[in-house]
Amino acid sequence: MNMPDKNPQGIIENFDLFAPKLVDKEEYFSYGHRACQGCGEALAIRLMCKALGKDTVIANATGCMEVVSSLYPTTAWKLPWIHVAFPNSAAVGAGVEAGLKALRRKGKIADRRVKTVAIGGDGGTLDIGFQALSGAMERGHDMLYVCFDNEAYMNTGIQRSSSTPFGASTTTAPAGKQSIGNKTWKKNAPEIMVAHNVPYVATACHSYPLDFMNKVKKARKIKGPAYIQCLSVCPTGWRVGSEDCIKMGRLAVETGVFPLYEVENGKYRMTMEMPEKLRPVEDYIKLQGRFRHLRPDQIKDIQRRVNLEYRLLMNKVAHSISWLDAGAENK
Amino acid sequence: MSKRIGMEVAMAVAEAVALCRLDMAAVYPITPNTHVAEHLSEIVAEGRIDAEFITVESEHSAMSAVMGASATGARTFTATSSQGLMYMAEVLPIASAMRLPIVMSVANRAISGPLNIWNDHSDIMYQRDAGWISIFGENGQEMIDMAIQAFKIAEHQDVLLPVNFNMDGFQLTHMVEPFEMPDQAEVDKFLPPYIPYATLHPDKPVTMGALGLPEIFNEVMKAKDTALVNSKKVILEVWKEWEKMFGRKYEPVSSYRAKDARVMLLAMGSMGETAEMAVDELRKKGKSVGLLKLKLWRPFPFEELKKAVKGAKVLAVLDRAVSFGGPGGPVGGEVRAALYGEPDRPVVMDYIIGLGGRDMTVEDFMAIAEKASLAEKRKTKELYEIYGVRGT
Repeated sequence: MNMPDKNPQGIIENFDLFAPKLVDKEEYFSYGHRACQGCGEALAIRLMCKALGKDTVIANATGCMEVVSSLYPTTAWKLPWIHVAFPNSAAVGAGVEAGLKALRRKGKIADRRVKTVAIGGDGGTLDIGFQALSGAMERGHDMLYVCFDNEAYMNTGIQRSSSTPFGASTTTAPAGKQSIGNKTWKKNAPEIMVAHNVPYVATACHSYPLDFMNKVKKARKIKGPAYIQCLSVCPTGWRVGSEDCIKMGRLAVETGVFPLYEVENGKYRMTMEMPEKLRPVEDYIKLQGRFRHLRPDQIKDIQRRVNLEYRLLMNKVAHSISWLDAGAENK
Repeated sequence: MSKRIGMEVAMAVAEAVALCRLDMAAVYPITPNTHVAEHLSEIVAEGRIDAEFITVESEHSAMSAVMGASATGARTFTATSSQGLMYMAEVLPIASAMRLPIVMSVANRAISGPLNIWNDHSDIMYQRDAGWISIFGENGQEMIDMAIQAFKIAEHQDVLLPVNFNMDGFQLTHMVEPFEMPDQAEVDKFLPPYIPYATLHPDKPVTMGALGLPEIFNEVMKAKDTALVNSKKVILEVWKEWEKMFGRKYEPVSSYRAKDARVMLLAMGSMGETAEMAVDELRKKGKSVGLLKLKLWRPFPFEELKKAVKGAKVLAVLDRAVSFGGPGGPVGGEVRAALYGEPDRPVVMDYIIGLGGRDMTVEDFMAIAEKASLAEKRKTKELYEIYGVRGT
């Protein structure tokens, strides 16, 4: 291995080998929680907490992570944590942020920045919690919202949400003789968050831990609202082996089904190097039980859609400008 | 020194809340409580108080946000009405279970449908079992006083429960009344800073709102019930202290010319004052009629009510909501239950009045008292009556 003092060039080349050593050793999301084997979301939460560090308050929506982590009288949380209900983690977080701000200003608590982070699953964020999320983002709270997107209501037993991909079989959109499964395309929530003009929006996945953690760190620094949607593989709901959790996340990215990007002040940027030609979506779909029933022509439809969405994204990457730069142009 | 001023009641409530050294408020507009929110936002905008003011996108978020802020140790307030209160319903029992001392003003208004923005008590009755302390005021002065008292009650170490204080929509909120407004020094003397039991802060991380399995749920519910029942002691203390400082007396059940009355009316909210006039008229005519006013709705003042009805032959409860297909009105049902074990209990008649802003005149209350007095002699099978229904 290249040592930093002998070969500075090597640090850059082997950054991914060195970088994990820089990750906080402290665990803020403890072992002993009750998540399923191979749960991508539990891993993602653990990584997020490491990136956030100690001075953080978490507001959690009802869902898998709340249920597995806070079974009274135990808790997996070493960070201050609050759960109120399903649709309101963004609103509770907004209140936490406002409370801390007022108390700090009035000298009633220590004079240092504590970041408020609201979290929820795709159902709690993009369906029932969407209004609260939109309100909180629009009002500009100093709050990061992280949506752990496992593409269905997994906590209640794999029902479809607006974030469920087209063609996936769920318990409320089952595949059958007259049904392809879920009949709608996945809601493009990061794009809706971009439309809220928040300073930072990103997609992420636990299978790219450093990328995810860097995004969380970046979002944490921003004194304003930020949104990260973290694809979180659910082996139980996706019907894949628990050992395939990381692989599935990688495939989602490599096929372009869930590209990793960030939007900083309106400027789009891909954060992971993507192959010139995307892997076929079939590579991703054929491994998952939820897509088992799909015919080749239906998979082709999905491929076409993925191609289109990816092209639209690439266009934005090529043509979007930061509103900070746009301001400069007018001067 | 308190100052005698004239002002719209809703605005005066905002002034009273502002005197409480508020840290944070979250509100969503709804008639007829909007003036509380508007005036409070004005006070913040003018820099008269140092508080965070969040204009949330719904009442559900209003309650959620004040819960989040309260959990950090902030003194919080919100205001709502009718559909807004219904929209909050999901989180109201969580606020009490989490023992967050939030204060909320409710401008009582009918719940839809049909859509109606005027006064009755159907909104708060729907939330009867949310585990909140619930207080009813009769006039502007009481609303101001209750707003300030509410923080002291809610934040007391032996209570730590959310409090709602109820004022009749329009009939009270939009009245311009004269009243004594306490000054800052007086309120500071009465209301100490809030010392929270636990807060959300990294210096001492805590988990709030954990999952409760069946093994623990009964105990949590018992604890909540006990907390609410025990809060009465503190409420009475706070009211005593208030009386000492400001000279205005508050009781869970107050009575007006009810001593030795054979027929008693029992009212909640602003209609008490109209009912008083009816009692005066009837007394002039030599009728043995009195009035009780229920100020404390939760915790329910069982003992005080039993004592207050002693000697009455008929108790006419004036309900402002319907429990459809049930015993009539929610208050009537509770009063009957409260008096069931009493050997000399009065006949309890339940008159549901003034729904959705329907006017109630002095004559109406007199007619009800007359009607109720008949029940003393004639055994009636009617449990309740929706009073003043046209076309019957």
